[in-house]
This record gives sequence, C-alpha cells and structure tokens, in this order.
Amino acid sequence: MLRPCFLPRNGLALLVAACTIGTSSVGSVMRQTPLLKVEGLSICFGLPGASIEVVSDVSFELHPGRMLALVGESGSGKTLTGKAVMGLLPRGARVSRGRVLLDRPDGPIDVLRQSPAALRQIRGAQVSMIFQEPMSAFSALHTVGAQISEVLRVHGLCNAAEARRRSLAMLAEVGCPDAERAYSAYPFELSGGLRQRAMIAMAMIGAPRLVIADEPTTALDVTTQAVVLDLLRRVSRDHGLATLLITHDLGVVANMADDVVVLRRGAVVERGPAADVLTTPGHAYTRRLIAAAPRVPDAIAVHAPPARDDILFVEGLSKTYPGRRRGFGRAAAPVHALSNFAMRLERGRTVAVVGESGSGKSTVAKLVLRAERPDPGATIRFDPREGQPMDVASLSGTRLTEFRRKAQMVFQDPFAALSPRMSVQDILTEPLVVHDIGTRAERREQAAALMARVGLSPDHLGRFPHAFSGGQRQRIAIARALALEPELLVLDEPTSALDVSVQAEVLELMLELGAEMGLSYLFISHNLAVVAALADHVMVMRRGRVVEEGAPDCIFNDPRHPYTRALIAASPEPDMHRRLDLAAVAAGAGEPDTWPEPFGYAGETAPELVEVAPGHRVRRAA
Amino acid sequence: MMRFLLRRTVTMLLTLVAISALVFIIINLPPGNYVTNQIAEMRSSGEAAGIERAAALIREHSLDRPLWEQYLIWVGFAPGPNGFNGLLQGNLGWSFELGRPVAEVVGETAGLTVIVNLAALMFVYLVALPLGTIAAVRANTWIDYLASLVGYIGLATPNFLLALIMLFYGARHFDIPIGGLMAREYEGEPMSWGKFVSILTHLIVPTIVIGTSAAAAVMRRLRANLMDELNKPYVETAKAKGVPPVTRVVRYPLRMALNPFVADIGNLAPQLVSGSVMISVVMSLPTLGPILLQSLRSQDIFMSGFVLLFVSGLTLLGMLISDILLAVLDPRIRLAGREGA
Repeated sequence: MLRPCFLPRNGLALLVAACTIGTSSVGSVMRQTPLLKVEGLSICFGLPGASIEVVSDVSFELHPGRMLALVGESGSGKTLTGKAVMGLLPRGARVSRGRVLLDRPDGPIDVLRQSPAALRQIRGAQVSMIFQEPMSAFSALHTVGAQISEVLRVHGLCNAAEARRRSLAMLAEVGCPDAERAYSAYPFELSGGLRQRAMIAMAMIGAPRLVIADEPTTALDVTTQAVVLDLLRRVSRDHGLATLLITHDLGVVANMADDVVVLRRGAVVERGPAADVLTTPGHAYTRRLIAAAPRVPDAIAVHAPPARDDILFVEGLSKTYPGRRRGFGRAAAPVHALSNFAMRLERGRTVAVVGESGSGKSTVAKLVLRAERPDPGATIRFDPREGQPMDVASLSGTRLTEFRRKAQMVFQDPFAALSPRMSVQDILTEPLVVHDIGTRAERREQAAALMARVGLSPDHLGRFPHAFSGGQRQRIAIARALALEPELLVLDEPTSALDVSVQAEVLELMLELGAEMGLSYLFISHNLAVVAALADHVMVMRRGRVVEEGAPDCIFNDPRHPYTRALIAASPEPDMHRRLDLAAVAAGAGEPDTWPEPFGYAGETAPELVEVAPGHRVRRAA
Repeated sequence: MMRFLLRRTVTMLLTLVAISALVFIIINLPPGNYVTNQIAEMRSSGEAAGIERAAALIREHSLDRPLWEQYLIWVGFAPGPNGFNGLLQGNLGWSFELGRPVAEVVGETAGLTVIVNLAALMFVYLVALPLGTIAAVRANTWIDYLASLVGYIGLATPNFLLALIMLFYGARHFDIPIGGLMAREYEGEPMSWGKFVSILTHLIVPTIVIGTSAAAAVMRRLRANLMDELNKPYVETAKAKGVPPVTRVVRYPLRMALNPFVADIGNLAPQLVSGSVMISVVMSLPTLGPILLQSLRSQDIFMSGFVLLFVSGLTLLGMLISDILLAVLDPRIRLAGREGA
C-alpha cells in the first residue's frame, strides 16, 4: 500500500491547515466545539485478519455553518466515510479504528458505538443525507409528500396534519413552483431537478444539524446542477447547517465549500480551506486533479478555414416518435425528438454535438449510424475515402454492412458496453469475425496491434474486462471500435463515466488516434468544457434543435444564444474566482418559450439559424 | 380508473369468446366423439336399437352439422333444434357418458373446486410471504436455512405421498376426517352450519397438500426478489430517515418485491386445477380435475368443453383481479401514459 508514504505529508498538511485556519479571519470558529469530529477513521472490507483497508486514518472536523467537501475519485473512500458518519456502512464493511464524534447538547457521542435504536434517533433528525440519484433513492410506490412527511412521523415530531403542512412549507422553501402538486406526485412524475429539490426537502424536514450530501448534483444536467447547488448553499446557510459535501468535482467544490479534504485510495492527501487548496495545492495529486478538470477555455486559437472535403453531410434530418397509443383511445401527440438537423463533418475533423438530456443529441448519433431510420426527406451522405458516396438514409443489405464497417461507435459506459464473459481477445476479434476478415492468426495479430495502439499491453489479451479499470476498459472499447479500420467514429459521451484524471487521458488518446489514423469524430456530450479541447466545430442543441453552432472560439468567446450562455455559466470549475453565474443560467436554461426576444419561440414555430459571423450561426428571429 | 376497469372487462370478454372457439376446435380435433364411438361399438356388436337412440342424440345435439355451426349452437349464438339454447342461455350441454346434463354433474363440484383452490391460494400466500420475507431479511442465517430446508422438502416431496402421510397421521392424532370434502350425510344437502363446518375440517389437509409445493416455490422466488430490492438505494434512504427496521422492510422493498406475485394470481388458477388432479383422485375430492380427465378420455365433448372453458374463465378472472391489484399497488402502472393525456 501507498499509505505509509503519505503519513508524514498528512501531518504536514494538518499543521499547515491548522495554521492557516488559526490565522485567518474565521479564528472564532476554532473556539467552538466542532459539530462533527472524525478521528482516525479506518474502514475495512472482509473478515478480521483477511481484510482490505479501504479508508485509512481519516480525520477532519466540521463546524456548524460550514461546508466541508470530501473530494476524491472513485475508490477514494469518500462515500464510505460519509456513510460511516451516519452508521450506514454497507454489509461487509466494518470500522476497524477511529471515532466519529457528534456533538449533542449533553456532550459529544460516538456514532460508531450507538445502539441501533439510538442511531435511528439520530438519523433523519440530527443527521440527514442527500443522495446522488433521486430517482432511485425515492421509492417509486409512494408519493413524494408521504416520503418527506414520513421523517416527521417516524420521529414523532408532529401529527399527520402538521406533518403535511410542514412538508408543503419545506417544498415551497426549496423552490418547488407548485408545492401541492409536488407533494402528491410520485417521484417519476417530477423532473430531475424537482426530484433533487424534493430530496433536499426530505433531508431538511427533520431540522437536522448536519447534512451529508453524497454527489448531490452528479446525476443532473449542468444548468440544473447550477441551480440546485445554489439552493443547497442557500438552505444550509439559512438553517446554519454543517454540510459534508461528497463529490468528485473540484468545480463544485470551488463554488460551494469552505474547507476541503482530498482523499486518494482511502487516505487524506491534502486538507485546508478551499481557497488555499484550490489556488496553491500542496500535493501533486491535487495539482493533477485540478489540471485535469475540464474547463471552459478563455481563449482559443482560431482554426484556419479548411478546404471542403466532407466525410459526412447531413441535411433535413428529423425524427418523430409516434405518440403512445393507449388502449382503444386516440394516440398522444407525436414527439419531435429531432427537427431539421443539418451538419457537415470534414474529413479528419471533429464535430461536437452538445446538449442536456432531451436535447436530441443521442438521436443524432442513432440516425447517423442508421441504428434508427430518420423521417423521410433526410439526406445523410457518407463519403468514404475509396468508393462511391453512400446515401445512409436509404442503404440496405451489403451496402449497409459496408457502411457499418466504416462508421463505428464508442459508448458511454465501458462497464456495460463490454461483455463480462468475453476475453479482451474475443472482444477485439469479434468485429473481424462478424465481417469475415482475415485468418485466425491475422486476427490475433491485429488484436495485439490494437492493444498497443490504445496504450495497453498485448500481454493482457487473455484477461476479462473486470480485470481492468474504467479508463482501461474505455481504451478496450475504443480498440474494438478501431478493429474494422473505420473512417468515422461516433463517440457518445465517451468520458462521462470516468474519473476526471482518466477522462483527460482518454481524450488525449482520442486526439492522438484521430491524427494518426485520419479519423473523423462525431462527439456527443453534455459537457461543453469536455468538447472544448477536441472539437473543430461545436453544435449546441436544445429540445431537438440546434440553437447555436460555430467554431469553439466563437462559442466560448462570443456566445450569442441565451442557452449557450447558460451552459457556459453553469459549468463549475476549480477556480475560486469564477463562481457560477446564476443570472445567466436562469435566463437561458428554461424552455424555449422563456427565452428573451429574439430567441424565444413556442411549440414548433422555431426561427431559422442566422449567420452572425462567418461559420457562427444562431437560432433567432432575423 | 373506471375506464381502465371497463376496458379490461371488455377485453376479457372478447378473450373468453376467442378461447371458447379455440376450446371447441381442440376438443373436436381427435376424430369422433363419445356418441360416434358408441355407435361404432354397437355396430360391431349388432345392437340396432341402441344405434337408433344414438342417432337421435346426434340429431338433437346437432352433431351432424358443420363444426362452425356446432360451435355457434353450443355457445348460443345460433339456434339449434330447440331454438337458442347454448351456454349463453344457461344450458351447459349434455354429458353423453353420464346421460345427465353437464350442469347437474358439474354444479356443486365447480363451487367446491373454487373453494379448494382459493383456500390453497390463501395458504400459499399466508405461508410463503412471511417465510420468504424473513429468509431474505435474515439471509444466510439459521432462519434462512431452516426456511429453505422446509421449502425444499415441500418442493421435493411428491404431493400424493404427502397427502397419504398427512391423511394417516391427521386421522390418527387430530381426528381429521379422511377423504372427500364433507361428511357423507351432507352430500347433496343444501348449505347449513353443520355442512359448512364439515367442509372446513375436510379442507385442512387438501389445502396444505395442494399449497405446499406452490408455497415453497413462491417463497424461494420472494426471497430472491426481496434480496435484490433490499440493496436498492431507496432502502438506504429509509434507513437514513431513521425508519425502524420492520416498517422499513414492509413499507418499501416488500411492496416492490410483491409485484410479480400479484401478477401471478391469474396463472395460478389453471396450475392448481390441473395440478391437483392426482391429489383429488388420491383424496377422493369432488373437484373438476378428475371429471376433466375422465371426459377428455371418453371424448365427452360438451363436458370437457365446459370444464376447459370454466378453467379459462377462472384464469381470466384471476388476471383481471391481478391487473386491478397491480394498478392499485403500483402507481407506475396506474399512471402510465397520464402525462400527455
């Protein structure tokens, strides 16, 4: 283990942190007793004697009214530490050392040594938790209101009528526009943002003194995340809460936290006030995390206008899903997933399609690869290096097979995209077998070459996917996509399931491969900052339409559309001086009919894209 | 909700009509029927009078018409020799083998079949739900192992053997009556308190025997389902709210894990009817199983046709009930398609 070598640094960091806090203006905080004091916490998995330590000697203090962020990548132990504070460790995990002291009116108690009944008294009423995925953290069988007011009833705080009244008030406080509706709705009837608001209301209703927020906004769209983060900050300030924020996103930390504890493989590598850690990180790992975090660039070199040689030309692409037929009744109104989409992708370049959930960006990917058929009237022309251009929309039979050899896809989740029962060798040779290419020996050779190409050792061909980390798996998925020597790669959120530091490496690999093999990329992402480094042309989508497109320098330096501005304003960055701009988010993040003139429109009456500068087009009334 | 009910009921009736056609075709698939077999037999033995009587039967029940006409007459969509006189008009047909109307033969039996099966069904759920829940919550402890052991024994023991063992020891130690569904003196009598009690005591052993293997199967499945649900995030949420353990399990994951079993109610009916044939024979229970078996073997078409249709009807009813229960229990089903309406 690497733990021993961190110990001296831990000590040093502690000392530094203590000094900085002690000399700073918040010195008065130090004299108070901390609400939460975690001392030398170690957590193991497995039986005594044969156990693996996953959290080692973690200590921190949290004072009322402060927000402390536990930051780390997957496997850092941040979530386990958070759960230990509530006594919610999963089966098999066990605290081997340390104390978790929670301050009570009659002196501090050690949460780890409480009886189950005493723990239940604490949970929900003293300490509460906000979970990452509100859809699965709420029960789908009960109304949101019933689940919120349950906290009050379980703790016997009031009667049913009073519980309902308080729940409604709390829902209104967290910004539900119609508290009555949210109260009687089932979780799946609310939007993602409203669900997370309801989750916050549920955490707040018992008037706890400590709230643990475990990746509270990771599952949300960027613009929603900005609004929910603001809400979380406001609520915890108004109620004088101590908040333990668990996150992987240094951008969120910069916007929210007062103090930071950076965890790596279960051990603290750095701690201190957020401003100090983010501006002058002491540990190499923290520096690397900050460097790897995607950020919206300030200035981008202008690309030279290239010669026109399009590998992909799309025009008039629409997809309408019929409304769901219900019994003998009439069908519901059809859903326009994508309306009149047009793009061109030059050979060897990258076009990024950016949007939040429901924007139609994934529909673009499916239609371009002919996983689904577009509405009639669409043109999708694919022009391979050799051979005739193909009209993808009307391909069939052998021509379609030929097209699919030339155009491949990399999926978002490398854990789900690779069969756990196939060795890497089989995974990489399968496309060749399907398309009947080469002999056994040749295929094997090519698999080895592919592994080397994506930076993995060919010796590992016999292993199975579970033996690889997330980033390595995504490399394997990329190698598989490359097996047929395609010319076009569609990347559907290829890095969003990965840790930030790994994310940067995979993007780097994509850039290298693109240059080496002359690949053209269609990059689908929800994150503007991620595409900034890679794209030659960015298209921002909202509700099935492109609202703005242009070279990255136009989009980032001179965004014209309110929605683009909202996206940029909502991207959290590890920079204390660039706080989220909520006014800009609010102006652009809503539905199209809330956009200001001349951008707004209602229903299907969208204005056309207007060219505001060479290659920079915005959807607005002329 | 009313529209949902109406729609489901209409669909169910249409399905029942389709099933009746299917049943009629299937029972007529093997060549001949009880009457024609009878005639052939009498021809070979030279009984002229009998042949004449049989021919009259054929005419009376329109067995000489094309199959589709026979079907329409049987259901009561078309007039037969005696006008509209089919299932719809309440005439269940004639049993050629027994020489009695089907209604008379089946009458009380159908009711008793429903009672036996309902009792078995309740036994299944009353035993399996608590045991399965405990086995899941206390997974890999001695309670779980004990419940599993009982379950495996229930699954593995042949039902007729269990029936014999239980009858023997039941009669010896608890004075539980052997065989039948009521004491002799109540047979054919109208319902009375004495008859009711007699039926109840006779029901004990058949219920346990028929229900045990189904209960064991349901228990194993509930354990597996519930163990999946217990690891879901919403259970952790409830824990983080400070909800006490029993409420926590019953209110959230158990409700979620029950869906497949509610959906199964419809499927259980035919299983119980056809599955309990051997037990009915062993324990001489007056249920539909043995009657169906006998009528199928002797090609007594109206008899087997009605019993098959009755079982299908029970199944459809069970499915309707499970659909309604599911809609009540699970808002995701109830509200599907509410948005955009």
